[in-house]
Amino acid sequence: MRESDTFPRVSDADLFAALRSVLPEEAVLTEAQARRTYESDGLSAYRQSPRVVVLPADEQQVQAVLAACHRLGVPVVARGHGTGLSGGALPLADGVLMSMARLNRIVAIDAHARTARVQPGVRNLAISEAAAPHSLYYAPDPSSQIACSIGGNVAENSGGVHCLKYGLTVHNLLRVRGLLADGSPFEAGGEGPDGPGFDLLALLTGSEGLLAVITEITVRLLPKPRTVQALLAAFDDVERAGQAVAAIIAAGIIPAGLEMMDGPATRAAEAYVHANYPVDAEALLICESDGTAEEVADEVARMRALLEAAGATEIRYSRDEAERLKFWAGRKSAFPAVGRLSPDYYCIDGTIPRRTLGEVLRWMYARSREVGVDVVNVFHAGDGNLHPLLLFDASKPGEFERTELFANDILRKCVEVGGTITGEHGVGVEKIDAMCGQFAAPELETFHGLKHAFDAAGLLNPGKAVPTLHRCAELGRMHVHHGELPHPDLPRF
Amino acid sequence: MTPSTPSPLAEIEADLAGRVAAAARDRTPLRLCGGGSQAALCRSDSGAPLDLTVLQGIIAYEPSELVITVGAGTPLTVVADALAARGQMLPFEPRLAEGRATVGGAVAAQRGGPRRWTAGAVRDFLLGLVLIDGRGQRLRFGGQVIKNVAGFDVTRLQAGAWGSLGIITEVSIKVLPLPLLERTLQFELDQAQALHQINAWAGQPLPLSASSWEHGCLRVRLSGVAAAVDLASRVMGGEALDDRTAAAHWAGLRERCHPFFSAGGTLWRLALRPTAAVLELPGSVLWEWGGGQRWLRSDAPVEQVRRAAAAAGGHAELHAGGPAGTPVFHPLAAPLDGLHRRIKAVFDPAGILNPGTPDYL
Repeated sequence: MRESDTFPRVSDADLFAALRSVLPEEAVLTEAQARRTYESDGLSAYRQSPRVVVLPADEQQVQAVLAACHRLGVPVVARGHGTGLSGGALPLADGVLMSMARLNRIVAIDAHARTARVQPGVRNLAISEAAAPHSLYYAPDPSSQIACSIGGNVAENSGGVHCLKYGLTVHNLLRVRGLLADGSPFEAGGEGPDGPGFDLLALLTGSEGLLAVITEITVRLLPKPRTVQALLAAFDDVERAGQAVAAIIAAGIIPAGLEMMDGPATRAAEAYVHANYPVDAEALLICESDGTAEEVADEVARMRALLEAAGATEIRYSRDEAERLKFWAGRKSAFPAVGRLSPDYYCIDGTIPRRTLGEVLRWMYARSREVGVDVVNVFHAGDGNLHPLLLFDASKPGEFERTELFANDILRKCVEVGGTITGEHGVGVEKIDAMCGQFAAPELETFHGLKHAFDAAGLLNPGKAVPTLHRCAELGRMHVHHGELPHPDLPRF
Repeated sequence: MTPSTPSPLAEIEADLAGRVAAAARDRTPLRLCGGGSQAALCRSDSGAPLDLTVLQGIIAYEPSELVITVGAGTPLTVVADALAARGQMLPFEPRLAEGRATVGGAVAAQRGGPRRWTAGAVRDFLLGLVLIDGRGQRLRFGGQVIKNVAGFDVTRLQAGAWGSLGIITEVSIKVLPLPLLERTLQFELDQAQALHQINAWAGQPLPLSASSWEHGCLRVRLSGVAAAVDLASRVMGGEALDDRTAAAHWAGLRERCHPFFSAGGTLWRLALRPTAAVLELPGSVLWEWGGGQRWLRSDAPVEQVRRAAAAAGGHAELHAGGPAGTPVFHPLAAPLDGLHRRIKAVFDPAGILNPGTPDYL
């Protein structure tokens, strides 16, 4: 992909003038202080002020910005609401940071066809709120759904705690309107069950802003389930809890949610929100069932029997909506809860085949003791998505570096057992090196080829998501010489 | 299976890769052949045939992981039987073509049968695959896990690409439990009433799993636990079909052996906004998927059909008949046409894989 010195550098004055000729004065931010607001996304370990920030308000303005940048050879990073956890929206020092936040209109809700047509800056939860009067909702619910934008969800193919049953973002999109790097408009997908041509909708979803800029999204809405109930099951052993998850799924049940927390995560969450979790448990499962009252009663009874047979030490039902939300409150606040245990934490996002959970956790706890970095685990158990949180203190010299090495070990382990380096947070800048371990050169070349097919000049979010072969080769050499990843102060983008 | 485990298909893959690499050097077109169940839409009648049914067998199946990994030449019936033995199914209810349809063919060409309406299409259940590209390189994308966002989604890009972007040799698919109970209800409604009613029901939490309308008859299949199916039956009314008639009806649609499909003449498949009004085109209609998939038997001019489909938020494919030289697939306008050709060139720079298919390239 693009190397930083490919383009003749246009002067700041010329670039800013070109942007101001297509945008209102207040939509072009050049002051250092204003630019600094955009210097990181949810992964704040990486910071970089952009050269300039633009705030287009409609598709026409987005198109004009892209056309101007294409003409001048200036890279563009599109950003939603900046909640991403892999540095996908990290600005480039020589690039334009384009915030999509002002494209925040819900264009239309078609209750009969169960669709919502929205602009990319609309918040995920706002779609469900707007659909609620029709008893419909938008299913994917990443933990950040109060704040995150649907455009960012498309860029990252975001998941959530209900995706075993309801799918990821890619399963809930019908059509996107977008612009190629030169500003030419296109549509992918359709209002029907499929679109013409290749499945570009799938290719664009999760492409981390490298292929196109999305300007309008049509999502599928689902009827809201009439009844929702949660079960809380405690186990004195994480492997037994993992076996309980396998037993539920093998019995033909697809729960709406199936989450696991290990002992340290349970205790941290309890201390933070007082959800009345059993704090002596070594693993806690939250199983959610939704549907009609009859379906839920049937499913909950079957799950209870399976949990008991798997050796649960305690099982509780949510008796009402307040109690169900309380069960979830601890899980949903696991990250801030862990944040109180430690000055800093590093959140990892790998996926493993569920059957390897015991092996992976045992390995992780042992490695944690070896490297002296504490680990706390929350787990989307239904779909094998593991979120180990590594606790460290960035003010202590060497702790971040040690933590990052441990993080990379964990990702390597995920790949080794047949999983992947990212289940839902994306590669961004954070996992770009881990990509070298997951894919071989011909596969990475295919990704670069696709990038080139969409964006021959390499101007959209360059340097993210897919490492250059050169970079991987260098890492490979360093592995041979030192047996570990290079120091993180090397140029990373 | 982990990436380091040698694949049981390794030798066959190496042989195929060698043949593709040689064909790429000589610029010899290759015609990828599975079970031949989709021949009607495949325009690649030239080229040296490459038999892919040799890619046989179930490579890994762990019911509690909800994932099966199979050789792409494995018949869908073999997969469906193995899953049924453990109480599971391919959720998209693919056409089996009397045992001829293969997993690779389903990925390359199918969109799914009756259950696709509410369960999802083939692409929705694809987790990973192994591909031999047009250079003869063996590539692995995705994996055997449900959540995976590493790299571009080349896996789903293969769904509906008709082998134009590579030879699929191994596929990992998410599977689902078989429903405990199914029941089909029948209603006498004209087309406009039926379109309205089915979409109204689809907006309610009912266990809908299939729908069809033709000749004033709407049929709706419910799937789920007995209590939910019973409740939905009471809410919806209608007349329950006996199990044998119901099974034959949905199988007829899935296999396209329903009499509607054998009537001769020009047959179109339109994928539309399900609530789109009754098409103002001459001919007869059978629809599925709540009105989203409409089969049209019509002598209307090609352009009129394609305009009507686009106006209803969708596209039209020609499945049989039509004036000679009519493109099968909906033509693409700029910039999509050029983009598709550039994507093709990434995977198959010599243009040897199924040349001419799909015909928008």
